[in-house]
Amino acid sequence: MSTLLEVRDLEVVFDGFRAIDKLDLTVAEGEVRFLIGPNGAGKTTLIDVITGLTKPAAGTVTFAGESLLGRPEHKIVRMGVGRTFQTATVFEQLTVVENLDLAATFRQPMRALLRRRKGIGDAVAAALDTVGLHDQAGSLAEVLSHGQKQWLEIGMLLVQDPHLLLLDEPVAGMSKDERARTGELLHQIAETKTVVVVEHDMEFLRRFANQVTVMHEGTVLCEGTVAQVQADERVQEVYLGRSRDKRSTAEVS
Amino acid sequence: MTAVVSRLKAPGWRGKALFLGIAFVGLVVLPSVMSEFRLGLLAKYLCFAIVAVGIDLAWGYGGMLTLGQGLFFGLGGYSMGMFLKLQEAGPKGLPDFMSYNGLTKVPAFWQPFRHAWFALPAVLIVPMAVAAGLGALVFRQRIRGAYFAILTQALAAAFVILLIGQQGYTAGTNGLTNMKSMFGYDLNDPVNQRNVYLAVAICLGIVFLLARQLVSSRYGRLLIAVRDGEDRARFLGYNPTVVKVLAFTVSAGMAGLAGALFVPVVGIMSPAALGIVPSLELLIGVAVGGRATLIGAVVGTVLVNYAKTGLSEHFASGWLYFQGALFILVVAFAPKGLAGIRDMVRRGRSTGPAGGLASPMNAAQVLEVLA
Repeated sequence: MSTLLEVRDLEVVFDGFRAIDKLDLTVAEGEVRFLIGPNGAGKTTLIDVITGLTKPAAGTVTFAGESLLGRPEHKIVRMGVGRTFQTATVFEQLTVVENLDLAATFRQPMRALLRRRKGIGDAVAAALDTVGLHDQAGSLAEVLSHGQKQWLEIGMLLVQDPHLLLLDEPVAGMSKDERARTGELLHQIAETKTVVVVEHDMEFLRRFANQVTVMHEGTVLCEGTVAQVQADERVQEVYLGRSRDKRSTAEVS
Repeated sequence: MTAVVSRLKAPGWRGKALFLGIAFVGLVVLPSVMSEFRLGLLAKYLCFAIVAVGIDLAWGYGGMLTLGQGLFFGLGGYSMGMFLKLQEAGPKGLPDFMSYNGLTKVPAFWQPFRHAWFALPAVLIVPMAVAAGLGALVFRQRIRGAYFAILTQALAAAFVILLIGQQGYTAGTNGLTNMKSMFGYDLNDPVNQRNVYLAVAICLGIVFLLARQLVSSRYGRLLIAVRDGEDRARFLGYNPTVVKVLAFTVSAGMAGLAGALFVPVVGIMSPAALGIVPSLELLIGVAVGGRATLIGAVVGTVLVNYAKTGLSEHFASGWLYFQGALFILVVAFAPKGLAGIRDMVRRGRSTGPAGGLASPMNAAQVLEVLA
């Protein structure tokens, strides 16, 4: 598998605080990579750098052989990198279909935009099916539940048709059923796309992840399968926090 | 799915019938029943309504609170005024105010306005070019909200100061006056005044349809998307700067057109029509009618101007208080204006408050700027 995304020696500094410190990350084409780590590990900052929202102090970010640094956000999207946000941000005053339609037509020239939308495009219809929002197609996005908004956002990402999807906590705040559905959705998407998922939810991780990168204090702590990562002592130490105490208690007893 | 289908059928037959009905009343009935004086007033209000449609496009749909539309109105108006003054002065002559101010020949920047082929397109092109340049600079720097509003307001104020200061070139505070004819037609002749009214009404109709096409196109949806989440729109692959510059430029072109039409209607183009207060009055009509509804902008503007004339005729100083009270009432109780009240009546009392588009926070932002 060829490399799709490559991050080298990345450094991000906010007012003297090193949010990301000498971080390397390689994501291969077709991979589904989970990014985990305690709060403040720099996961979202990393996604912000890749998508052009945050400017790094040093390092390189290469996508499909081209540097992403210094490009405006919408150009990075046009190169094929799409993202979602921690809190679902859809356009509440537009209908579900209009939200999806906008995500689908960004590649068209301005004059195509000046025409009225006629009917529902194939990509939009397919996305409605995939995320299961067919019944809400004509409703304003503001009436959707939290979970539905997250799915709509994933749907928008699907019609946007990026090579690389960056999902920032896609199941945050979802109910158990919604989590399961999102997990299935993720599997479906992963068949054709490269996906990077930032996630806190350990159960979700166990069920749906295979390759995991653990971040801590702005750098990569370790990488591997879920089992490998869970077995790693350093991970237990920083992520679960109390493993050392447990072990010392074990030694004593 | 029915909801989707019905949304796609726009514009419905009802909207078309309403538009044609209003056009019939505006073009046939009113000119034959109204007095010359009242028709002249209505022509003036319809000029303001053209500006209001543009403001609605920029502010209601695009979230760009433009408090300085007087600048673009003035650029269009002065382009037309310069043309008329030079027409009147004749090929070798000097406009009257220039000789009062000691000028012996027409300044170079006035010269091109001798020609209709230059002056008439300039009515649109000058304000649009200024808006495009300004918008490209401002929106790329991600200046928005109250900062953008203050900036536009300051520009309108600066424009007025410039006009007043350069008396020899612009006729100063008095403005361009005594414009009696256009293309050889006497503007004081009631028949010609009626034709001027018809021209204004037709222009309003065209502007309305153009705006309607824009807001119902995909671009219109995109404009709303940029209004509600500029940064989010970037991650859909759009450059919000381009989206906003386009709407702002079109709105400036509408203001310029209105300014140019205002000249033959009123016969005067002066700084008094362009400053901060007139620019705000243009905005109030949109707020009262209901922003992000084009018909609301037109109706609101015409009603507010009628109220202004009516109140000023009876007690001259009362209008300002009324205007202030009106604005506070709209912001506090009907943030979606008349259109919001209409929607509420339509839906009955079953649903909750109108909320949404014009949130109290946006209204508070307006007040903050006005204070």
